[in-house]
Amino acid sequence: MHPVLSTILKRLGLGIFTLFMVSIVIFSSISMLPGDFTQAVLGQSATTETVAAFRKELGLDRPAPIRYAEWVVSVLKGDLGTSFSGRSASGVDRSRPVVSLVAPRLWNTLFLAMVTALVAVPLSLILGITAALYRNSPYDRSVNATTLVTISMPEFFLAYILILVLASLWPIFPSLSTIDPKMDFAERLYRSALPAMTLTLVIVAHMMRMTRAAIINLIASPYVEMAKLKGASPFKVISYHILPNAWAPIATVIAFNLAYLVVGVVVVEVVFVYPGIGQLMVDSVTSRDIPVVQACALIFAATYITLNLIADIIGIISNPRLLHPR
Amino acid sequence: MAENLSNSTNSEELYSAVGEVGAVRRRRSLAERSWIVLKKAPPTAWFGMIVFFCYMFVALFAPWLAPFGEAEIFPVPFAPWDETHVFGTDQIGRDILSRLIYGARNTMGIALLTTLLSFLIGGALGLIAAIDRGLVDQVLGRAMDVLMAIPSLIFALMLLSIFGSTVTSLIIIIAVLDSTRVFRLTRSVAVGVVVMDYVEVARLRGEGLGWVMRREILPNVMPPLIAEFGLRFCFVFLTIAALSFLGLGIQPPTADWGSMVRENANLIQFAAYDIKAALTPLLPATTIALLTIAVNFMVDWFLHHTSGIKDE
Repeated sequence: MHPVLSTILKRLGLGIFTLFMVSIVIFSSISMLPGDFTQAVLGQSATTETVAAFRKELGLDRPAPIRYAEWVVSVLKGDLGTSFSGRSASGVDRSRPVVSLVAPRLWNTLFLAMVTALVAVPLSLILGITAALYRNSPYDRSVNATTLVTISMPEFFLAYILILVLASLWPIFPSLSTIDPKMDFAERLYRSALPAMTLTLVIVAHMMRMTRAAIINLIASPYVEMAKLKGASPFKVISYHILPNAWAPIATVIAFNLAYLVVGVVVVEVVFVYPGIGQLMVDSVTSRDIPVVQACALIFAATYITLNLIADIIGIISNPRLLHPR
Repeated sequence: MAENLSNSTNSEELYSAVGEVGAVRRRRSLAERSWIVLKKAPPTAWFGMIVFFCYMFVALFAPWLAPFGEAEIFPVPFAPWDETHVFGTDQIGRDILSRLIYGARNTMGIALLTTLLSFLIGGALGLIAAIDRGLVDQVLGRAMDVLMAIPSLIFALMLLSIFGSTVTSLIIIIAVLDSTRVFRLTRSVAVGVVVMDYVEVARLRGEGLGWVMRREILPNVMPPLIAEFGLRFCFVFLTIAALSFLGLGIQPPTADWGSMVRENANLIQFAAYDIKAALTPLLPATTIALLTIAVNFMVDWFLHHTSGIKDE
C-alpha cells in the first residue's frame, strides 16, 4: 500500500478510537453523579416514587455497558435524550428533547465560527508571511508586539474593550448580539460583528506567530539560500521554495486554532449574549442539566477531535517526503 | 570577585600574576551569581519581575493594604469614583479597590495551588512512565491522550456540572485536567535522562523508584519544568478567571477578578456619560492581563537564559 494511505488510515483509526473513548468518558459522567442529585433536579419535596421513576428512566438500575450501547445507538440516530429542566416533584414532565434545544443554537455557533474563520485565516497568513519577509523591521516588531499583547489577554477583556470602544463610546455595532432565525444574512452579520472580531483577534495572534516562525525556520535552510543566490525574486522564493514545505505546520496550526475557537466561543457568546451552543452549555452547567451538558460536550469534543484529525491528515498529505517515497 | 582580587594585590601595591594565580579562588555566592545573571536580563524581564513582585506583595499584605473589608457593604451601590471609594463600589455596594486587593490573594492563591497540584500529579506520573517504558507507560499515555482530546474548558464545565462549583472541586478538576500537559512534557524530557549511565548505576546499586525519581532524574529535568510551571500557571490562572467570569468558578462573596468583571459589566453601557464608571469592569480584567503578560515575559527570558540561545 502507498505509505501515505496507510499512515492516513492509521491516523483515522486512532481518531475513531479517541472519539470512542471520549464518548465513554462523557457517558459515564452521569454515573458519577452524587446520590442527592435527583433532589436537585426534582426539588426537595420529591416523593420516593417519583425519584424511583426518574432513576428508572435514566436507567440507573441497569448495567452500564447495555446503557452505553443504547445511548450510542440513539445518539447516532440523532436522539440526545430529554432535558432535566421542566421536571417537577409531582412527576409532571414538561421537559423538552435535547435536540430541539441544541440544533438551532448549533447553527448559530457554526455561523459565528465560519465568519471568524473566513476573516482570520487569510488575515493571519498575510500578516505572518509579510512579517517573516520583513523580519526585524519596524513593521514586524509592531505586529509581533501587538499579537503578544492580544495573546496574553483573557477573551472577555478583549470583548469588553471592543464593546467600550465600538458599542458604547462610538455606537457603531450593537453590544448585544441577539439573533433570531427570521433575520436576513446582512443583519445577522452586522449583529455578530463584535463577537466575530473578538474571536478573530484571539486566534489571529497565535496563527500569525506560528506562520512567521515556520517560514523563518525555512528561510535559514541552505536550499533557500541557494534559491536566493541564483537570483530568484523574493516572491518566487516564498511561493515556490518555502511555502510547499511550510504548509504542514501552517495547516496544523490553523486547524488547531479553529479547534480553539470551539473553546473561545463559550466565553465570547456569554459576553455578547449570543444565542449559541456555548451559552447553552454554561446555562445548563449552572442548572446542572446533565443531558444538555453531555450533548454539548459531545459536540464540542467531536468537533475538536475532527479538526485535529484533519490537521494531521493535511500534515501527512503535504509532507513531500511521504508523497514521493524512494 | 573584584574585591577579592584587589585585596590580594593591595598588600604589594603591584600587580602580581603569580599572586593572582596563587590566590585561593573563592566561589561566587548565590547572591553574586544571581546578580550577574539579573544584570543581563532584558527590560521586558525586569518589567515582568517587578510586576510579579508587586502582585505578590499585594497578595501577601492584602488585609493591611485594603481600605475596607472584602465583603463589607456600603449603602450606595455603583457609587462613582471619589475619595472614600477610589474606584467606586460594585452592584451591592462593596468597595472595588478593596475587592481588587483581596482578589489578588484569592485568585492567585487558588491558581498557584492548582498549578502545584497539577505538577505533583503530572510530574510524578510522567517520571514513572519514563522510567517504566512498558505497560504502565502505554496505559498512562493513552489515558492522557483521551483526556487531552476534550478541550479542557469544556471538560471542566462538564465535571463542574456534576460535582458542583466549590473551590475544592475547582482546584482538583483543573489540576487533574492540566496535569496531562505536565505529564507529556515531563515524560518526553525524562526519557532522555533515564537512559543515562548514572541512572543505571543508581538502579544497580539498589535504589528504589522514589530515589531514582527524586535524586537522579528530577534535578536534570528541572529547567524546562520550571519554565513550564510559569506557562501552566498563566493557563490555569486564565482558565479559573474564565470560569469565574462564567459564574462557575470562585463563588461570591469571595473577591475574585473574573467574577468582578461579570458583576460590573453593565457599567460599560454608560461610557458616553461617565467614562470612569465604564472603566471599572475593565480594572479587574486589566489586572488579569497584566499578570499574564508579566509571567510570560519572565518565562521567555528564563527559557532564553537556560537554553543558551543567543539572539537570532
